[in-house]
Amino acid sequence: MTIRTEPVTINLGPQHPSTHGVFRLRVTLDGEVVLDVEPVLGYLHRGSEKLAETRSYVQVVTLTDRLDYTASMSNNLAYVRAVEKLAGIEVPERAQYIRVISAELQRIASHLMATGFLLNDLGAFATPLMYCFRERERILDLFEMLCGARITLSYMRPGGVFQDAPEDFWPALGFFLKDMPGYIDDLEGLITDNEIVLARTRDVGTLSAEMAINDSITGPILRASSVQWDLRRADPYEVYDRLEFDIPIGSVGDNFDRYLVRIQEMRQSVRIVEQCIRDIPDGPIRADTEYFMRPPEGDAYAAVEGPKGELGFYLVSDGGIAPYRCKIRAPSFINLTSLRDMVVGWKMGDLITTFGSIDVVMGEVDR
Amino acid sequence: MCGEATGGILDFCTVYRFLDVFPGWLESIVVLDGLASWLAYALAGFFLAFLVINTVVMATALNTWFERRMLARFQARLGPNRWGPYGLLQPLADVAKLITKEDTVPDAADRPVFNIAPIAFLAPTLLVVAVIPFGENSFLGKLNVGILFIVGVTSLNTLAIFMGGWASRNKYAMLGAMRGVAMLISYEVPMALAITGVLLLGGSLALSSIVEAQQVPFLLVQPLGFLVFLAAASAEMSRTPFDQIEAESELGAGYHTEYSGMKFAIFQLAEFMAPIITALILVTLYLSGAKAVGPIPGQLMFVGKVVIVVFGMLWVRATWPRLRVDQIMGLAWKGLFGLALVNLFVVAIEVQVFRDLNGVVSTQELWVMAGINWMVTAGALVLFANILGQRKLRRPEPVPSPLANMSAEAD
Repeated sequence: MTIRTEPVTINLGPQHPSTHGVFRLRVTLDGEVVLDVEPVLGYLHRGSEKLAETRSYVQVVTLTDRLDYTASMSNNLAYVRAVEKLAGIEVPERAQYIRVISAELQRIASHLMATGFLLNDLGAFATPLMYCFRERERILDLFEMLCGARITLSYMRPGGVFQDAPEDFWPALGFFLKDMPGYIDDLEGLITDNEIVLARTRDVGTLSAEMAINDSITGPILRASSVQWDLRRADPYEVYDRLEFDIPIGSVGDNFDRYLVRIQEMRQSVRIVEQCIRDIPDGPIRADTEYFMRPPEGDAYAAVEGPKGELGFYLVSDGGIAPYRCKIRAPSFINLTSLRDMVVGWKMGDLITTFGSIDVVMGEVDR
Repeated sequence: MCGEATGGILDFCTVYRFLDVFPGWLESIVVLDGLASWLAYALAGFFLAFLVINTVVMATALNTWFERRMLARFQARLGPNRWGPYGLLQPLADVAKLITKEDTVPDAADRPVFNIAPIAFLAPTLLVVAVIPFGENSFLGKLNVGILFIVGVTSLNTLAIFMGGWASRNKYAMLGAMRGVAMLISYEVPMALAITGVLLLGGSLALSSIVEAQQVPFLLVQPLGFLVFLAAASAEMSRTPFDQIEAESELGAGYHTEYSGMKFAIFQLAEFMAPIITALILVTLYLSGAKAVGPIPGQLMFVGKVVIVVFGMLWVRATWPRLRVDQIMGLAWKGLFGLALVNLFVVAIEVQVFRDLNGVVSTQELWVMAGINWMVTAGALVLFANILGQRKLRRPEPVPSPLANMSAEAD
């Protein structure tokens, strides 16, 4: 007797515990095996790029907070760098150091969230997630000291940052940096050697170096596929050329490598912030710019190595007070294109963990 | 019905002695022509069942609170602490909320099956309690095939899960149910084999005789069987690392995705009851059940052990991620099945060697068996870890790919 079977199409999301927001995935399953995935985007589309055309250059900073809302500092940095390139503004050295410190803290916070949610997707009942959030909370406290906000920071301005760090920020940062390596060790002790984590993530969702480059993947996912590429080193911005840090890479490009690369990057970020505290000079924190600045006609593209990958802003100016066009190269969106290559042929459970290991934020994907 | 009273806290003998007196008393008031003793038995049975079932349900309510508070502690947060002291009234609030919720049934659902499934899920779980000896004289039914009854009744859960998943007409529910059926049926095999090891030592299918036979707790005598039973039992009640049936991060809620209101509450009740019921079975089979130690009454010992076992299972739930669906099936058939067979084989030989003419193994010899079995367990687990383990696998050292060159000048 032959049983006639047919593939099942299920809708994963937009309301689903593991879609990290409002992501929808049309999955075709043969029993448990994934035959095809098709992302359906746009549930969080707010038209940030279009909105930017109706705001002054400084006001757009608040829009960038809402792109990747787990890494507002990096978004701020990428945008203000594009404006500075467009208007030719020199940034004071102290501001550059503060920017690097806050961007690296933001990278730690973002990677902590990525790790926590990956473990949650693996089925660990929120315990690693809560541990990661506990540490992230301290970074948010530091941000609150810097600018009064915790998530939507809007800390940076074209030409610098909007205020200097308060006196008690520096000791608090010192305590955090002292504790952080221990935190990461704890986290690694709980996760890295766990038999089930190894069984679930090793050699699952592999992405080869060629494939990653062809899909123009950036960030930890590219580096996990053993491609040593980091904008902080390849095209240094701010003061990164004066700082010492390693660029961790993975060996196979599977989910486990992506997790490991993030853990190691957190260690490197701690190292970077320590050097910044050592070297930071006194001086002004913001260049003298007008509030309604009118950059000369032209265009500029500036990119930073955000926690999720290369985050770039392309700005066109027509000489007015608002950008004529603002195009955002969102790393989450482009990294998401590799999902299909990674998961086809794997099981339903692997689809969830692989999606978690890409670490997308829907605010950035849909913009 | 029962022998000499032992004077425990919750001694059902009191009820049965009441039975001896009650018919005569009733006869003296109204003439019932022999109906009185029938009535007395029905009344006593109802009373006892009422008592035990409500105790278990209340314990479950307490367990939801315990589990949530403890999970919160594991996760560095506070947990429910608003209703009552330490949030103890939280279960009441939960129930009130669930009762007042609208009870929705999907249009395409198979209504009768959909409605029966929660009951079919809860009933077998409660039935198990009928044969558990809570104390020397505290049990609902002294079934001489008690363990057989438990194995049979618990396997009915599979049917209920499939009913719920199938009748919902929901793809997630269906996926969860399919996983559930495959997994639950597989894990019944190692579980039954582990129980067989206990039966060999206990020499009886009656739970009270098994408890009596545990001069040394069987946990010490056959640790391997205990571990296999523990793993299989946590799979049977679908908790991490085996929570494939619900798999929150994958399937949303699994087979009860479409349930709401009181039907959902019944599923949740049965699910939170499962650890308690499993702990009851586990304590009876492996931790010498309700044996009094010194001045401490047996019932108290029993409750204490159950709490410890429930906490242990909660600990596992709080810390481990979930295995993939094929890995779970692999673990059942390649791992636990083999370990259970090893355990059964070793115990069978030992019983054959050590038992006297009456088929009884003395306490001293039990200790000798324990010594041998611990060594066998250690050996089997090392072998197991080396065959199925992941940690031994080495990965290549990371080498930068030649495809990217950061030192190259950008054009």
